[in-house]
Amino acid sequence: MDITYQSLLGQALSFAILIWFTAKYIWPPLTKAIEQRQLKIAEGLSAAERAHAELRDADSKVAAEIKAARQQSSEIIDRAQQQANQILDKARADAIAEINRLKAAAQDDIASMAQRAREELRQRVGELAVQGASKIVQREIDPSAHKALLDQLAAEI
Amino acid sequence: MASEPQGGLTEYIQHHLTHDVITLGGGGFHLDSWIVAAALGLVFVLWFGLYARRATSGVPGKGQAFVEIVLEFVDGQVKDVFHGNRSFIAPLALTIFMWVFFMNTMDLIPLDLIGSAVKGVAGEQVAHNTHFRLVPTADVNTTFAMSISVFFLIIFYSIKAKGGWGFTKELFTAPFHAHGIVAKTLLAPFNFFLNLVEYLSKPVSLAMRLFGNMYAGELVFMLISGLMMSWATFVPGVLVNAGWAIFHILIIGLQAFIFMVLTVVYLAMAHEHH
Repeated sequence: MDITYQSLLGQALSFAILIWFTAKYIWPPLTKAIEQRQLKIAEGLSAAERAHAELRDADSKVAAEIKAARQQSSEIIDRAQQQANQILDKARADAIAEINRLKAAAQDDIASMAQRAREELRQRVGELAVQGASKIVQREIDPSAHKALLDQLAAEI
Repeated sequence: MASEPQGGLTEYIQHHLTHDVITLGGGGFHLDSWIVAAALGLVFVLWFGLYARRATSGVPGKGQAFVEIVLEFVDGQVKDVFHGNRSFIAPLALTIFMWVFFMNTMDLIPLDLIGSAVKGVAGEQVAHNTHFRLVPTADVNTTFAMSISVFFLIIFYSIKAKGGWGFTKELFTAPFHAHGIVAKTLLAPFNFFLNLVEYLSKPVSLAMRLFGNMYAGELVFMLISGLMMSWATFVPGVLVNAGWAIFHILIIGLQAFIFMVLTVVYLAMAHEHH
């Protein structure tokens, strides 16, 4: 056999061993690294996608929350206004009642004072009449003797 | 070749170590190294370019993931060594790494494959006169061509970083610094000589390291092939050949890596001031 062909045969055999070695020990770590990289990138992308979706969710949730809060606050304001109106109305009614009461009391006072004044006046008139009469007749008039007459006079005033 | 069993191995090795030389412009031109190197450079450019063109920002395919891993690895290495704008240095490092790696990988292809193919097609006489060495990096011309290119880049970056005057000044004033005009003048020749040695040693060591490794590797393959020429040592020859090839996987990657890292280190040094 020609030595070139013979050495080629040997080289081909050892090349086959080399290919086997490469396929068994060198290729797998390489493909593993490649697959790990693909996996990592895929995971990163899906994580980013998830985060994006979560952000969108949170955004819509926040918007809903804000809307609810706004509604609630307007309700609270409405109620507060109602309450204020009620308080105002009640205060007004109370004030009016108080005024009426005070007015009534004042009127009562006035009436009783007028009554008393009238009584006093009546008495004074009686006395003055008696004094006047006694001056006229120059003598003492017994008030008790003319009491009926004086009372009549006082009542007429 | 077969007619001389005694001188067989010597002739075999001599034959395998002869380049396919053509005369070009009055000098010898190693056509085989040039063709293989150019073809492999083209393979690299097309391969990586294709994936770069088709790259998606989504989940990459297996091919793109591989290219990305290589790219990230090289960029990480450059980032560790070179602090500055990497927009040129990183692609340069990637090109050097992949190209040298491809050229080194040619070492794993069976030694007699091409010769036997030529013999099978064109006959013994043509095969005897045809020389084709498949490993461009086992050709000192290829490695020197690369390292001299790197050398020019070193000079270019030194001048770019320090300015023409700063670069020239540093040639004469570093590494030995002195004060006073007399001392400076005295030290200038020594500084210049040291810098000259330093600058020239870079391309020489870069080229010789790669060439030496690949040439020695190729030579060992040839010697092992010698074992296979006799049936008595055929089986050990095959096993040793396979073992050397497996070990060589380490060497081809390592040498490509070393060439790349040293290039980046030299360029990083060019940016530094003494």
